[in-house]
Amino acid sequence: MGLAYEFDWSVLWRNPYGMYLVQGIWVTIKMGLIGWAIALFLGVIIGTMRISPWRWLRFLGGAYVELFRNIPFLVQLFFWYYAGPMLFGASLEKSINSIIGLNYYVAIIALGMYTASRVAEHTRAGFSSISRDHYNAALSTGLNHPQMYRYVIIPYALRIIIPTLTTEFLTIFKNSSIAMTIGVLETTFMSYKIDSETFHGLESTTGACLIYLALGLAVVGLMGILESRLKIPGMIGR
Amino acid sequence: MFDAVINNISYLMGGYWVTIKLAFFALAGGIPLGILVGLGRISHNKWVYYPVTLYVNVIRNIPLILVIFWFYFVMPIIIGSPLDPFPSAVISFIIFEATYFGEIIRAGYQSVSKGQIEAGYSTGLTYIQTTRYILIPIALRRMLPSMITQSIVTYQDTCLAFVIGLPEFVRRATIVDTLEVRSIQLFGFVAIIFLITCYIASTISRRFEIKEQEGG
Repeated sequence: MGLAYEFDWSVLWRNPYGMYLVQGIWVTIKMGLIGWAIALFLGVIIGTMRISPWRWLRFLGGAYVELFRNIPFLVQLFFWYYAGPMLFGASLEKSINSIIGLNYYVAIIALGMYTASRVAEHTRAGFSSISRDHYNAALSTGLNHPQMYRYVIIPYALRIIIPTLTTEFLTIFKNSSIAMTIGVLETTFMSYKIDSETFHGLESTTGACLIYLALGLAVVGLMGILESRLKIPGMIGR
Repeated sequence: MFDAVINNISYLMGGYWVTIKLAFFALAGGIPLGILVGLGRISHNKWVYYPVTLYVNVIRNIPLILVIFWFYFVMPIIIGSPLDPFPSAVISFIIFEATYFGEIIRAGYQSVSKGQIEAGYSTGLTYIQTTRYILIPIALRRMLPSMITQSIVTYQDTCLAFVIGLPEFVRRATIVDTLEVRSIQLFGFVAIIFLITCYIASTISRRFEIKEQEGG
């Protein structure tokens, strides 16, 4: 049964392939962290917009979420990378396309904007789980609307949604692998590159799978610590 | 304005048909396998529970793109001859999406409280009747919105078969783009098709959610 296939696991550490993977992991981690910072910042703002008392703000927030959630990330990435520079007109297009590492920057921004739409939905769900009394109590102490969100509702909602945000944080590392399609040198791209140089794609992709598993476990561990530190007293633990 | 799209419309829509077929096979295989996975995850038999849990946790922590690559590399070794990208992609989607459907089914099952089941028994229903008239209707209604959402995600995910060279919607748009260099309209067109179809589907899913809240 099967092709005569000689396994060669040394492609995972042999020179120069081991170094490829190390570089890939570093790029994956950087993309995940910077993308996450963008996603969290934008996502919380948009999620808050969606429950604000102003109608046009709610509409803008809703439109953002629908737009970014209903288009596959791969298509968004291609749009920003190939069509994005064209949107600036012919003269700027050349100078934008000559930026070194453009694919890397585009991938991070696209990843951040895509994940922001998902964070926004989680934030909104967190808000709707807070009872109306909290809003009224905050307003009755003399806080105005922005202060109410800034000091009462957002800190409270963020703590409620930490478990779902953990899942989202894991997803951003997984989604960053799609950046390989525009040539960003992250882990998945590197495992593919090892395949094209050695024809041992099975070993290199298995190695990449193990890397993502380890990354996932690390994130779950870290977020577990964060979750227990920031737990709201009196709530049922998980 | 959409000249590059109009000139290549039959080629592009041919790619969209591949996308639809891929999504259909992924769901036709992924949901039944997902039901088995969900049952395995609530099983009391540890020889079933632990292997299924390991499978779910491993697959859910790996990017889909890597699962697609992995099966693309491993299938020739298993079956002994090179495999077409299409069946290879279908297999990876079924294996991948089943873990997500499985978790939805497990959550739906666990959302039915013990009290409701016991109430069923106490009115004199048998085990089969309780399952048929109480457990399944309640669990199904709870799961339906998430199942539809996950089906939309599966449909969006199919474009990742791009990476193993399957000539589906996005791959064909890039092929046309290298010839015509009309990135805005080509990728805009792909984006609009996905936006419209997914928006309609998610509106339907939300309607079920509202019904559930009213009925619940």
